[in-house]
Amino acid sequence: MAKITFITTDESSITLEATSGSVMELAVQNNVAGIDGDCGGVCSCATCHVHVDPAHLDKTGDASEIEKDMLELDDNANEYSRLCCQLEVSDQLDGVILRVAQ
Amino acid sequence: MKKSKLADPFEQARLESGIGKMDDQNDPVTMLLRLKDVRKTAHNWKVFQSGAKPGRIVVPSEVNIRDTRQIPFEVDPPEHGDYRKLVEPWFKRPLEADYQAALTKQINEIVDEALSLDDIEVVSDFSLRLQSRALTLLLNTPYSEADTWIGWGTHVFRSEGDSLDGDKANILYDYIDEQIERASENPSDDLYSVLLNSELNGRKLTKEEVKGVMILTFAGGRDTVINAVTNSIAYFAEHPESLARLNDEPEITGKAVEELIRYFSPLTHMGRVVTEDTQVCEHAAKADSRVSLCWASANRDASVFENPNEVVLDRKLNPHVGFGFSHHNCLGATHARQIMQILLTSLAQKVKSIDILDYEENIEDLDQFKRKVGYEKIKVKFNPK
Repeated sequence: MAKITFITTDESSITLEATSGSVMELAVQNNVAGIDGDCGGVCSCATCHVHVDPAHLDKTGDASEIEKDMLELDDNANEYSRLCCQLEVSDQLDGVILRVAQ
Repeated sequence: MKKSKLADPFEQARLESGIGKMDDQNDPVTMLLRLKDVRKTAHNWKVFQSGAKPGRIVVPSEVNIRDTRQIPFEVDPPEHGDYRKLVEPWFKRPLEADYQAALTKQINEIVDEALSLDDIEVVSDFSLRLQSRALTLLLNTPYSEADTWIGWGTHVFRSEGDSLDGDKANILYDYIDEQIERASENPSDDLYSVLLNSELNGRKLTKEEVKGVMILTFAGGRDTVINAVTNSIAYFAEHPESLARLNDEPEITGKAVEELIRYFSPLTHMGRVVTEDTQVCEHAAKADSRVSLCWASANRDASVFENPNEVVLDRKLNPHVGFGFSHHNCLGATHARQIMQILLTSLAQKVKSIDILDYEENIEDLDQFKRKVGYEKIKVKFNPK
């Protein structure tokens, strides 16, 4: 069981619990504003962009080359950017805070 | 397995030079073939513009048959963003349960009918009908309108042997003009009426702007959807094990849709007009020349996709550009994805196997390359479970 907190662009916060699946799926199922997940989670659409709270980077680890290539051309991307379809829910993510990108 | 195969004609050029050359009505096009170059160029709207003369970024060019600017497709940021924001909620309606239920009913009916026949020509009698009927949902117009659109045939801009047919295009433009007038006099809750009533930066959209959105909606989702649907039928005919797998593991259907879109790449490429002397893939590109973003080639780039020429139904990492990339990614993608998702589900539930009886491939002539994009005709027999 992992608790995952999303902070949307209007600064509202929502904390969700899950045991499996991707973080994008969790966000879409709970209507987290700004997470669309158009491609269903295959890293093709970049509509699930989040910024990991800097204090929680060790929980998410590094993005793959393919994910980095996608983010490279996103004007709102920075060193904390991830596509959350590539984050699998696990105990390791427990307590993570993710800010939904613009 | 040969009948459903879509070969990659770009591989050698993609590896050797990264570009291809195509003449198009004396307005040549430099085709970008590598995924990274395609993405970078799609993103760089200042140097590679969409807001050129209407019709010029399309290949083959439509400058001789169209004056109306397609919106938001032929507009650059920041205006593009205003238009996109305006139309986006409407084009996300396919995510709603009612929409999906209506689309499921339509698609199940067509599949059931195909199963009841001895044989069926898929392009005209399955895919065109499916696409046209589904479009009534996207436009929120009466179902009966689909009969008119089916009557136009498979290509809005093309007729047999003639890649650009101005008369055919006029049928569409005249029809859209009539519909805009009708909606203007008697507003309803269809897309024409909603657009006519929309405000952009404090003013109403003009009829010409509404026409621009409507032409895009009709033209952008016609051949592309027809090819995606037809190619799916051909693929499943030669891969009954994939149909069985989708029935056993419906949770992979979304991934299968993305993979088929990658493999089919229903739109081969889309152009941009270069605004300043620059380079693409280390080749000079002059101001006012054209480049194209070759989605079909990028989607077979072996530096990104493992086994790019195979359909891997549950491909997990699939950063394809079948719906384009960046600002101008496909406005109709939500609708198209739902069509494919529901079609695959329906086929997996109802169809045991499909036999290909006869077919004629549709080969695009891109000068340096010849690419199979689908079928002119393909007659099959659907076998029920």
